[in-house]
Amino acid sequence: MTAMLSVAELGHTYQAKDGAHTAIADLSFEVGAGELVCVVGPSGCGKSTLLRTISGLIRPTRGEVSLHGDAVRGVPEDLAVVFQDYSRSLFPWLTVQKNVEFPLKRTLGRAQRRARAAEVLELVGLGKAARKYPWQLSGGMQQRVAIARALAYRPALLLMDEPFASVDAQTRFELEDLLLKVKEEHDTTVLVVTHDIDESVYLGDRILVLSGSPASVVADLRVDLPAPREQIATRESEAFVALRGEVARLLNVGKGAEELRARRKADERSARKWAEAERAEVSRAEAEDRAATS
Amino acid sequence: MRALTRGLLGVAGFLVVWELFGRSGLVPAEYLPPPTVVGVELVGLLGDEAFLRDVIATVLALLIAVGLSTGIAVPLGLVLGSVPAVRHATRAVVEFLRPIPSVALIPLAILLLGIGPEMKITLAVYAAVWPILFNTIYALDELDPLLVETARVFGTGRVRVLFSVALPSALPFVLTGVRLAATTCLVVLVSVELLAGGSRGLGQFIMDSHSGVGRMDLVLAGTVVAGVIGFLVNEGLERAQRRWVAWSSATGGRP
Repeated sequence: MTAMLSVAELGHTYQAKDGAHTAIADLSFEVGAGELVCVVGPSGCGKSTLLRTISGLIRPTRGEVSLHGDAVRGVPEDLAVVFQDYSRSLFPWLTVQKNVEFPLKRTLGRAQRRARAAEVLELVGLGKAARKYPWQLSGGMQQRVAIARALAYRPALLLMDEPFASVDAQTRFELEDLLLKVKEEHDTTVLVVTHDIDESVYLGDRILVLSGSPASVVADLRVDLPAPREQIATRESEAFVALRGEVARLLNVGKGAEELRARRKADERSARKWAEAERAEVSRAEAEDRAATS
Repeated sequence: MRALTRGLLGVAGFLVVWELFGRSGLVPAEYLPPPTVVGVELVGLLGDEAFLRDVIATVLALLIAVGLSTGIAVPLGLVLGSVPAVRHATRAVVEFLRPIPSVALIPLAILLLGIGPEMKITLAVYAAVWPILFNTIYALDELDPLLVETARVFGTGRVRVLFSVALPSALPFVLTGVRLAATTCLVVLVSVELLAGGSRGLGQFIMDSHSGVGRMDLVLAGTVVAGVIGFLVNEGLERAQRRWVAWSSATGGRP
């Protein structure tokens, strides 16, 4: 299998006011074309940093990311991202249709944009909502719009940052199945970052289990569940339960509630700190970009 | 409709209080003519060509001043709001210029620009750029970084992000700024006409009615017209705001 995405000895250290913080220690993995890979790890373990380095929004301090062989410098052409926070990543002044057309403006003419938007909206079951505004839709429908927008771009690699974490359980099931369907039909390569163990087993062809901060790969598991997957039967199957247990053990979930709570608190604190550092990092990277381009 | 009824009731109440006060003898009747007297004068004035010319002169100057201040303040706000270095460098100058009252600049403006309409328009623009400028800068501060990142990962360049993300997201704040600026413009225009004379306008009419013939009824009629102009401009802009940026109030003002 040819590698669509290759991450080699990736490391990233944020320079915060109160010292340096290493979000990613040493990450290496590959994602083959047409594969769906889930990245699971404890919250605040650097998953978002990983996603931002792959999408070229920040430049890693060590190592390299390459997309079909080319090193990523700046935002790659054929990559799309679906963020967790759909309500903040859709443009509220644009209709659903215009939101979906947004990434196509540079490359396609008006008629083609329209046709493409109609096609993907039909695919995600929102054909009738094209003229509505995002804020007139439910959370699940908004996330469908975000997915449709990413698909309309026809990306070689689709990155998803906890895409279903902010919707209710039933909608999550629907959206998971939608993702599997789309991936099957368009043969899209997908990297899903999630903290939900069940979701990673249900969706993935492979699961990358990350350690806590700084992130490194603990295990690279192949998911041998039959396709098509089915929300109830698949989740009840022995293979599913076994794999879920294995991932949970790798993540040290059963370590005792006390310790977990303590760690979560520390995670939250550091997550806040990094968020700040990351913001600074993004603007610094942008400043560098500016300097480089001008 | 109920809002309209309530609004009319408020106006009626105000007129009744004014009428009673004017006729009460607390102030000499020639100082504060009651609305019935002012109203009759006003109807007469609406058929008076010279008066209408004055009104049109002020309204035209108002439109030009609002247009100019928007055209100056929005691009400037986009630059200051998105390039922190420029913003820090200009901060002291901006904070020095902003509190200077426009009317204090009348002598300087007359020396530099003469006494024509461009002088009063310049002073109005001077006063009106600030609310638009600050609202634009503030709106850019509030711009959600996730919207920018979304646009960036879809390959949108920096300049296009400014125009297709930052500007539309800032529009509700900008329009509020324009609304504030329009009122400021009217105040400055009428004041300058009144104080500096020169070009014709509503302020000049008020001044002439006062100093020449001492006709307070005409003075008040002119004042009422100035108030009505201000009301209509504000109302029109509010409507435009509701229509164009409906998404802003629908999302609770958070873009």
